Amino acid sequence: MNKVHISIDGISLYVPENYTILQAAKEVNITIPTLCFLKDVNEIGCCRMCVVEVKGSKALQAACVHPVREGMEVFTHTPKVMEARKVNLELILSNHDAMCQTCTRSWMDCELQTLANKLSVDTVRFTGDKKRQPLDIGVSIVRDPNKCILCRRCIGACKNIQTVAVIDTMNRGFDTVVGSAFGLKLDETPCTNCGQCINVCPVAALHEKNDTDRVWEAINDPTKHVVVQTAPAVRVALGEEFYMNIGESVTGKMVTALRMLGFDKVFDTDTGADLTIMEEGAELIDRIRGGGKLPLITSCSPGWIKFCEHNFPDMLDNLSSCKSPHQMFGAVLKTYYAQKEGINPDDIVTVSIMPCTAKKFEAKRPEMEVDGRSDVDIVLTTRELGKMIYDVGIDFPSLGDSDFDNPFGEASGAGAIFGTTGGVMEAALRTVADILNDSSADNFEYEEVRGLEGIKVATIEIADLKVRAAVAHGLGNARKLMEAIEAGEEFHFVEIMACPGGCINGGGQPLQLSDIRNWVDVKAERAKNLYKEDRKMFIRKSHNNPAVKKLYKEFLGMAGGKQAHKLLHTHYAPRKNYED
Amino acid sequence: MIRNIEELNALRDKTLKTMDIRLDRTQQPGTEGGKIHILVCGVAGCASSGSLKVAEAIEEQIKANGLAEDVKMIKTGCFGLCAEGPVMMICPEHVMYTKVTPKDVNEIFDSHIKGGKVVKRLLAGEKEYEEIRDRLPQIPFFAMQRRIALNNCGIIDPEQIDEYIALDGYQALAKVLTEFEPEDVIDEIKKSGLRGRGGGGFPTGRKWESSAVVKEHTKYVICNADEGDPGAFMDRSILEGDPHSVIEAMIINGYAVGSHQGYIYVRAEYPVAVQRLGVAIRQAEEYGLLGNDILGKGFNFNLEVRLGAGAFVCGEGSALMTSIEGKRGEPRPKPPRSAEKGLWKKPTVLNNVETYANIPQIIRNGADWFANIGTEKSKGTKVFALGGKINNIGLVEVPMGTTLRQIIYDIGGGIPDGGTFKAAQTGGPSGGCLPAEHLDTPIDYDSLTKLGSMMGSGGLIVMDEHTCMVDLARFFLDFTVDESCGKCPPCRIGTKRMHEILVRITEGKGTLEDLDKLEVLARNIKASALCGLGQSAPNPVLSTLKYFRDEYVAHVVDKKCPAGVCVSMVKFIIDNDACKRCGICQKGCPAGCISGDKNTPFAIDQEKCVKCGLCMEKCPFKAILKNA
Repeated sequence: MNKVHISIDGISLYVPENYTILQAAKEVNITIPTLCFLKDVNEIGCCRMCVVEVKGSKALQAACVHPVREGMEVFTHTPKVMEARKVNLELILSNHDAMCQTCTRSWMDCELQTLANKLSVDTVRFTGDKKRQPLDIGVSIVRDPNKCILCRRCIGACKNIQTVAVIDTMNRGFDTVVGSAFGLKLDETPCTNCGQCINVCPVAALHEKNDTDRVWEAINDPTKHVVVQTAPAVRVALGEEFYMNIGESVTGKMVTALRMLGFDKVFDTDTGADLTIMEEGAELIDRIRGGGKLPLITSCSPGWIKFCEHNFPDMLDNLSSCKSPHQMFGAVLKTYYAQKEGINPDDIVTVSIMPCTAKKFEAKRPEMEVDGRSDVDIVLTTRELGKMIYDVGIDFPSLGDSDFDNPFGEASGAGAIFGTTGGVMEAALRTVADILNDSSADNFEYEEVRGLEGIKVATIEIADLKVRAAVAHGLGNARKLMEAIEAGEEFHFVEIMACPGGCINGGGQPLQLSDIRNWVDVKAERAKNLYKEDRKMFIRKSHNNPAVKKLYKEFLGMAGGKQAHKLLHTHYAPRKNYED
Repeated sequence: MIRNIEELNALRDKTLKTMDIRLDRTQQPGTEGGKIHILVCGVAGCASSGSLKVAEAIEEQIKANGLAEDVKMIKTGCFGLCAEGPVMMICPEHVMYTKVTPKDVNEIFDSHIKGGKVVKRLLAGEKEYEEIRDRLPQIPFFAMQRRIALNNCGIIDPEQIDEYIALDGYQALAKVLTEFEPEDVIDEIKKSGLRGRGGGGFPTGRKWESSAVVKEHTKYVICNADEGDPGAFMDRSILEGDPHSVIEAMIINGYAVGSHQGYIYVRAEYPVAVQRLGVAIRQAEEYGLLGNDILGKGFNFNLEVRLGAGAFVCGEGSALMTSIEGKRGEPRPKPPRSAEKGLWKKPTVLNNVETYANIPQIIRNGADWFANIGTEKSKGTKVFALGGKINNIGLVEVPMGTTLRQIIYDIGGGIPDGGTFKAAQTGGPSGGCLPAEHLDTPIDYDSLTKLGSMMGSGGLIVMDEHTCMVDLARFFLDFTVDESCGKCPPCRIGTKRMHEILVRITEGKGTLEDLDKLEVLARNIKASALCGLGQSAPNPVLSTLKYFRDEYVAHVVDKKCPAGVCVSMVKFIIDNDACKRCGICQKGCPAGCISGDKNTPFAIDQEKCVKCGLCMEKCPFKAILKNA
C-alpha cells in the first residue's frame, strides 16, 4: 500500500493512502469521537460528531469517512470543531428520551451518555419539541423510537450486512424515524429476529424482549422444577457483561452463578449440539447414500431458518429437519429426563440461555413441542442472564468454578465449537468421518472451515467420498451462497449461521461498544476461546459423548429413528414477506 | 432523419424562411409560413393565468375568419412579464399584449389582425412609455436585459424541433463533432469562464474536465432540473420554452467527457416541462440527433428523463443521484466527488438547466464572446425570477455585474404603491437578505457570497418596509425545516430548534439569550451540516441578524414588531381626533370588539381583538392606526 504524508494537529506522519482521517489520527494516539460510525456496518458520516477541520475546506469534514490525501493538514480540536461537536450532541440529546435512570443501556453501555461525558456536555441549551412514537414490542426485539438517535447503524446491519432490510428511515427532517414498511411492527415483517440491530445500537432504541421476570417467577414457584441450559457461545461472552476480557471463558463461574440464582439443574446445550450432530450426521449420510436432496443445509440458526422461509421457499427441502440443539435438548428434558428423574414433565420449566434473540421466536414456533408441551419455555439472552446476576448482587468475576449437572454432565468439544461459524460443519465432519471410515480419526481439526471469511468452501475427502462443503455466516453471505446454489453450484453439506461470525456474535451477546468494535475484532476473540475450550475437552467428538450414547441406548433408539424423529426433528413452511 | 451536417443546414434554411417575421422587426408581412404570427406564451405563469384558453380562442378566430393561410398561432416559451400574463405578441410588428382574456381575442382580431389597428388598452408597458410602447426593445424591462439562456424563449415553438434548428439549433453540436476533440470542448468551456448556475457557481469547464480525466468506460451526464427554491422558475421556463438547448448541450457534454448516457432529473411538479422534454427527446431521436452515430460522426448518446418527487434536497447533487438510483434521496459526504464516483458509482457530471442552456451559444459564438459579458470572475448572464414587492414580477436575464438597483428599479419597475425598498433575498432559502446599502453592488457570485448571501439558482425576492425581517427568516426556516432530509443532526434538529426560537420571537416571547442561541446554532449548522443545503440553511437568519439586528432586538426587548407584521405584537387603536364615529369599523369587526356610539368615543377592546386589520381597512377616515 502506498503511503501519503499528512499532518494531524501539527504532527507529521505517513499513513496508507486508503486510510480515513479517523484511522490516521489513531496512529498518533488521538481518538476522534464517533457516534454513527461502526466499522464495516455503518460508514456514512451522518452524525457529525467526528468532524475535524481540513485545511482548504470551508466546512468541517467527517473524519470517519474522509480519506487522507497527500499533503493534507488536519486539525482535530480547534474551537470550531469542539463547538460543533458539542452543539450537535446537545441537539441529539434535545430530541432523545433521556430517562437515563430507567434505561436498559444506562451506566457504561450507552454510547450517547459516554460521549456526552467525554465532550463535557453539562447542559442542553437547545430544547424544544421531542418526538413521541409508540414502542414496537415484538417476540424477540423491542424498538423504542423515542430513544433512537437516527445514527442508522441498525439499518446498516439489517440492510447492508444481513440483506434483510426490514427497517429503514422514513419521513424526513425532524419527523425522520427508523421503521418498517407501512409502519408495520417488526413481527409483521420478514424480520429474522437475528438481533444484529441490537448489537450495533449505541443507545437503548433496540433491545431484546426482556423475559427475566418469567424466569424469576418460575424459580420462585416451589412446584416448578426449573432446568437451565446454556449455549456454547454464552461461556465465551458472559464475562464481558462484567467487564472481563473479551472472549474470556467463564464456563465454571457461569454454572456457579446459575446455581446461586436458584435453578434446579444446570445443563450444557453442548449436549444438545452433540445430539444434533448425531441426527444431522445420520441425515447427511442418508441423503448422500440414498440420493436425497442435496445439499443438506444446517438448521441450528433460527434467524437463518426464518430468512430461508421468506427468501428461499423453494429450498426448504434442503434444510435439515433437525431442531436446533437447545430445542432438541428441551424435548429430551421433558421426556427422557423427566421419566428418569420421576418428575411430572408439566412441572418442568426449561430455560435456555442463548446468545440469540431469534431463539425467543423459535421457542414459540408451534412445531417446537412434543405431546403439546413446548420444548423450551423461556429463552434468555446472554445479556439478560448478566442482568439477573447483577440484580442479585453476585460478584461474578470472583466466583469459583462448578460443573454441569448430571445425568448429562460434560459434553464434547464438537458441541462447544457450534458457537462459531464453521463449528457445526466441523463437528459434523468429525462424526461423519468416523462413521464412514468406521474408525476413529486422530486428525479431526478442519482448518479449512474455520475463520471469519464470509463464505468458506472446501472439499473434504472422507472414505471414498469427496464432500463438497460450504460455510456462510451473516445473512448477506447466506443469500449470496444460496443464489450460487440456485444457479447450480453443487455442495453436499452447507452450514449457515444468521449472525456474522456465528453465535459468538449473536444478537443476544454482550454489547461491545463502537470504540472497541472499531478497533478490535470481537468475533475473532470469542471464536479463539471456543476453539480453546474444544482443545481442553476430554471428549471432542459428538458420537463419543457417553451421555448421548446412553440416551440413544436407553430412550431414543437409532439416530434418525422413529422416536428420535418425534422428539428431535421439525418441519418448515414458506412465509410471505408482506401480506398482500 | 438528419444524416449529416448538410441536411441539418438545409433544414435550418428552409424553416428559417417560415419564421423570419418573428425575428426581424422590419414590420414586413411574412412570405412563407403565414403573413402574421401570433405568439402566445404557453408556459409557467401565463399558462396559470389562462393563456391556453386564449390560445384556443385565437385558433377559433383563425378558423372563423378563414385566416388559416395567413395567420399562424405559436405557443412559445416565456417573455418574462409573468405577472402580466397571459402575454402575447403579434409579428411582424412585435406588438405585445398583456393580461389578455379569451374575450379580448375577438377585439384583437377585428381591430388588429384584420384592421391593422393596435388595441391600445391591452398594450404592455407603463404609462410613461405610452408613445413608444409598441416598440418593445426600448422599454427598460427589455432594453437592459441580455438573453442568452432564454434566447429562444418566446420566439420558437418548443414542441417543434425544426424551429430550434432554424435558429442555429444543433449547430454547436455539429461544430463540436466536426471540429473539436473532446478536450477542445472542455478548453472552450473553461475559457468562456462559465460557472454553474445552480447555486454553487463551480467553474463548468473544470467540472467537465475532472470527469473527463477519469478512465472509465461508463460515465454519466445529468441535468439537474429539480428546481426547488420557492419562487424560482428559471429552469422551468427554459425547459418549457426551449428544451432542445439543454438536450444539445448535454450531448456536447457527453462528447466532451466520454459519456454516452444522460439523465434529466426533473421534478414531477413540472408536468409541462416533463411533457415538452419527452416531445423534444422523441423528436431528437427521430432526427438521429440522439442515439447512435449522431450526424454521421460516430458518436452515440442517449437521454432519459427521471422524475423527482419534489424533495428540495434532491436538488443537491449526491441526493439527486441516489434518487435516480431509486433510493431515498439523501446526500452523502464528499469526497469521493461525483466526477469520480457519482451515479451508480460511475464518473458523473451534473449541471443545472440554465448552465446547459448557455453551452450551445458558447460553442457557436466562441468562448471569447461569452467571456466578454459579465464581470471578471463571473461571466455571461444570469436569469433571475423577480418576486415579492416589485412591479414587474417575472423572469429577467441580465449580464453579471448588473446592480441590484438596476434589476429592481430599472428592469423590475421599482416597488409597488410607492413603497420603500427594505431588502432583497437572493438565493432562495439558502441565500440571504441584502439591505438597501448594498443596492449598488454589482451582482455576481463572489460579491453576493461576500455579503453573506449567494447567487443560488436565481430567485430574487424584494421586500418593502411592510416586511418583518424576523418573520421572513422564520418563513425561510419553515421551508428548510420541512425540506431537511433528516440525515444529519445539525440540519434535522438544529434548523428545527432555530425555527422554534424564531417562532418564539415573532410571538413576542423571545429573549436576548435567544439571539445568542440563534447565532450559535447558525454558526454550527453552517460549519458541520453534511451537505451544502444544510450548510446554507442558516443564511437567512445570519444575514437578517447581521443587517437587521435592531428588528430582532425590538421584538425581544420592546416586544414590538416594527413592520407591524407579527400579529401578537400588533395593536390597533382608534385615533379619536380623526374618528367621525360613523360605526363602519364596528359593523365590520368579526370579533365584535369595538365599542362606541355617536355619543361615546370608539375604542377597541385589546383583549378581544383578533388583529385581523379589517377595521383599519374599512375606516373611510384613516382613523384606525396600527401601533407596532
